[in-house]
Amino acid sequence: MISDKVLDATGLACPMPIVKTKKSIDELSSGQVLEVHATDKGAQNDLTAWAKKTGHEILDSKEEEGIYKFWIRKA
Amino acid sequence: MTTNTVTKLSAKEVAQLVLEGKELFIIDVRNETDFADWKIEGRSVEIINIPYFDLIDGVDPALDQIPDGKPVLVVCAKEGSSIFVAEKIAEAGRSNVSYLEGGMKSWSEYLEPVKVADLTAGGELYQFVRIGKGCLSYVVLSEGEATIIDTSRMIDQYEVFLQSKGVKLVHTIDTHLHADHISGGRALAEKYGSTYHLPEKDAGEVTFYYEKLEEGKDITVGGERIIVHPIYSPGHTIGSTSFIIDNRYLLSGDILFIESIGRPDLAGLAEDWVGDLRETLYSRYKNLSEDLIVLPAHFGKITELGEKGLVSGRLGDLYKQNPGLNITDEGEFRKTVTENLPPQPNAYQEIRQTNMGKINPNEEEQREMEIGPNRCAVHDN
Repeated sequence: MISDKVLDATGLACPMPIVKTKKSIDELSSGQVLEVHATDKGAQNDLTAWAKKTGHEILDSKEEEGIYKFWIRKA
Repeated sequence: MTTNTVTKLSAKEVAQLVLEGKELFIIDVRNETDFADWKIEGRSVEIINIPYFDLIDGVDPALDQIPDGKPVLVVCAKEGSSIFVAEKIAEAGRSNVSYLEGGMKSWSEYLEPVKVADLTAGGELYQFVRIGKGCLSYVVLSEGEATIIDTSRMIDQYEVFLQSKGVKLVHTIDTHLHADHISGGRALAEKYGSTYHLPEKDAGEVTFYYEKLEEGKDITVGGERIIVHPIYSPGHTIGSTSFIIDNRYLLSGDILFIESIGRPDLAGLAEDWVGDLRETLYSRYKNLSEDLIVLPAHFGKITELGEKGLVSGRLGDLYKQNPGLNITDEGEFRKTVTENLPPQPNAYQEIRQTNMGKINPNEEEQREMEIGPNRCAVHDN
């Protein structure tokens, strides 16, 4: 999937993956896609809950060799 | 910059505040789904949920809800987000702000030893309350020997206790094959050369050696001073066994709780076991002395905790007050214990496999499997 920006949040523990995701999203324009890589297991549920609240759309997510990847389209 | 510092509270310290009924205001910053699933509860606990990701730009939504002058405890899954939020609250000028060390993970694992009684032959009986998950285990001490019943996974906490008492572990016993938590009974028995006991009917598929629990085959602690008397009481599982200790205490496993009764569906055979469950609760137990003190393997609601956290009830009183013991119609009983049950405990099938020795997850995986409440009772929700 094509993304406008990639955020590497691997190795970071909660709350940093979401704090950084939020910061990166703030720098994008509406409709652009942010790709997030994280290793913290909790990031998965928290990102989903956060996106639901803020209106950003998680287009896709998958796990590859212990790395969780998310594609988020800014609202 | 920061004038107010944030303090760290261990799960033990928080458990003691909860059990002593001290006023506690908690902000749980996990996501709403996790909070809805399970949280810290207590008679004097006031708890609100604001996910940490709603507080990244500022903690005003939280500040508005903290009662003036009250101490605040911030809680999350592991601890990182609670430190993040607690520091922001302190920076905003609040004093008396703390966070739960190790988060809900530690909360789930803490065991509070509560003394039940001195036994007539000189021994002692303790209940270990796993307050975060609702699991109860028991330690019987007599003449330098110890027996543990329904041991939780965190065996180090029992080891510290047994060392402080200067006793040797001789038996570990499980009333049944557990589905909500991983038993520490086998691991402890292996470490100390003790005997691990299980009901044979629950142990059909186990991969290790164990001693069969049988009615009439009493277990002694401290050179026959304390007798643990097994009673076959199927229903929650087909092998479920209860124990009478000192002619006074009935360890009812997951068959009978204080405010509810066991569910028969966790091994996939609800329909088959309903009759056994009814027979045990409405006939077998009914023939026992009403003055027995019931000590179950779980509690479902925080209201079941009595003084100092002890979970217990007189059998005769339970026959009057426990809704699960007062369903006269058999059809209605069948319906209650098979329909509209609470969700099953997290990863219950994998937990059963682990307790049978068929899979061997590592510590982190075991921890994950045990997340959430126990949900072994019919009326948990």
